[in-house]
Amino acid sequence: MTSEHAPIIEMRNIEKHFGSVIALAGVSVDVFPGECHCLLGDNGAGKSTFIKTMSGVHKPTAGEIMFEGKPMHFADPRDAISAGIATVHQHLAMIPLMSVSRNFFMGNEPVKKVGPLKLFDHDYANNVTMEEMRKMGINLRGPDQAVGTLSGGERQTVAIARAVHFGAKVLILDEPTSALGVRQTANVLATIDKVRKQGIAVVFITHNVRHALAVGDRFTVLNRGKTLGTAQRGQITPEELQDMMAGGQEMVALEGSLGGTV
Amino acid sequence: MTDTAQTPEQDERVKEISSFRKALIRPELGGICGTVIVFLFFAIFAGNSGMFNSQGVLNWSTVSAQFMIIAVGACLLMIAGEFDLSVGSMIGFAGMMIAIFSVSLGWPVWLAIILAFLICMSIGALNGYIVIKTGLPSFIVTLAFLFILRGFTIFIPQQLENRTIIGGIADAAEGDWLAPLFGGQVGGWFFEFLGERGLIEVFERGTRAGEPVVDGIPMLIIWALVLVAFGHFLLTRTQFGNWIFAAGGDAEAARNSGVPVNAVKIKMFIMTAFCATVFATCQVMEFGSAAADRGILKEFEAIIAVVIGGALLTGGYGSVIGAALGALIFGVVQQGLFFTGVESSLFRVFLGVILLLAVILNTYIRRLITGER
Ligand SMILES: Nc1ncnc2c1ncn2[C@@H]1O[C@H](COP(=O)(O)OP(=O)(O)OP(=O)(O)O)[C@@H](O)[C@H]1O
Ligand SMILES: [Mg+2]
Repeated sequence: MTSEHAPIIEMRNIEKHFGSVIALAGVSVDVFPGECHCLLGDNGAGKSTFIKTMSGVHKPTAGEIMFEGKPMHFADPRDAISAGIATVHQHLAMIPLMSVSRNFFMGNEPVKKVGPLKLFDHDYANNVTMEEMRKMGINLRGPDQAVGTLSGGERQTVAIARAVHFGAKVLILDEPTSALGVRQTANVLATIDKVRKQGIAVVFITHNVRHALAVGDRFTVLNRGKTLGTAQRGQITPEELQDMMAGGQEMVALEGSLGGTV
Repeated sequence: MTDTAQTPEQDERVKEISSFRKALIRPELGGICGTVIVFLFFAIFAGNSGMFNSQGVLNWSTVSAQFMIIAVGACLLMIAGEFDLSVGSMIGFAGMMIAIFSVSLGWPVWLAIILAFLICMSIGALNGYIVIKTGLPSFIVTLAFLFILRGFTIFIPQQLENRTIIGGIADAAEGDWLAPLFGGQVGGWFFEFLGERGLIEVFERGTRAGEPVVDGIPMLIIWALVLVAFGHFLLTRTQFGNWIFAAGGDAEAARNSGVPVNAVKIKMFIMTAFCATVFATCQVMEFGSAAADRGILKEFEAIIAVVIGGALLTGGYGSVIGAALGALIFGVVQQGLFFTGVESSLFRVFLGVILLLAVILNTYIRRLITGER
């Protein structure tokens, strides 16, 4: 799969500093069309920061982003979305006061032209929202229901359905299954598998090794702002992956110290 | 995995809600109830004081229209998550600019009006730009402009003319093409027609005997209606309206979803300044003068009207129609107490009570709709 395609997005030596905090210290990852690339790692490893540079939320302090072979400088998330990169952020980017369908199309509202006026096409928005949510296994009470009245998992599902709907080329999912029930999780994993087969590149962040192994083609482990390495599917056992995700050596050292004292 | 029990049209976990109750649960409910209460109140206590004859109606309609004009701007801005406390000062400032350009400098009135609009809308944009760039609360930034603009409104005429009231605008506006858009009247023929039929009062004696006492609808009221319709349409029917809600609901989430939050907020500051300048221009044309103390406290009156109308002070939720009703309540109460002959200080008491009741009702409704806790 790697040789015949060019990567759709290639991140080279990305660094991101927040004042004195170095969140990313040179991370390189590339993602191919039709691949599900899992980003794994400890809390605070820099996964969310990394995908935010990919989706235009953060400008990298240093490093290069190549999108479809060309250097890309996203000024804001809007640029990334227009380029076909959709993201489910860890904090969802949903507005509780607004209705589900207004949230679903936030920033990408369908417009209906009436003379010189560009109107928000509420009918279309409502229908698509209901339909996409149904595909994810959730029956909404109505498209005009406020997101604030949804459960945590339902909200997460709206965010995922939205990203799937708008992610024409790259779909980034930052811990999308953290609040989901068994059936909805299965649905999300199946959806990842489906869009991957349609040739969309998927970046999938999770703390769950089984979820990663279920859909991942490659696994990159981040630790303290650096890559510990990238492994192909089949080259690595679940145990090895789990060890790397927990920071590798530190986990061993911790066990050693526990064993020594307790 | 298929769902058999549920179809999207009928969810067994939702109680049937009657369409009446559904129609009732809307952000404007507080404003609607307040309006009904206020009109009932005055129908009972001021029913035959002249409050509801043609002149009386015109009186409180004009005052309400003034509130509506600034409430529309304040409403859209508040939904976008920001405040503008400089509205009152800007009203004084805009009026003074028109007077200085047209009277002190002798420029044509149309030019004076256009320049006042350009200057004030630029100041609105500057307000927004500072808020966006510094990340300071707009409350503080526009409070600074409240003082800055009021200061200039007093300082400039004093330097140029040695006084703080500049008159003579009516003469200057004679024959001007733009001035009637703010100071004129429409529908005179209609009132003449009504007067002839005896449907409204006419003057009984004097030079205008036989003419109707109300000879047209002031442009101020037309502006108010147009701005309310525009604001409501923009907010509920357009893409930009969705961005206004999103920007105020959660700027970070909106930005991450591709909403150009900064541009939306700056445009709403400009819109607020536009509304303040419309208010000022109408007022200057009506009085024929500009005074340095015009517009004091208007920013709070606008904000109160908006809040009575169901908007959330922290942004992301509200209704222009509600704000217009809030303005109507405000105008009717202010003028109505004058008609009933009640001590005008009671205006404040009454207004305070209405404000409290409307906001309590609004909060309850909003929680029903949005699931807020
Ligand atoms: N805006 C910010 N300002 C300062 N520091 C930040 C900011 N965003 C992230 N960081 C820091 O960068 C580091 C990486 O954070 P990040 O959110 O990317 O971790 P993560 O891998 O997504 O963790 P988790 O698994 O808990 O979601 C953390 O130490 C965090 O404190
Ligand atoms: Mg994270």
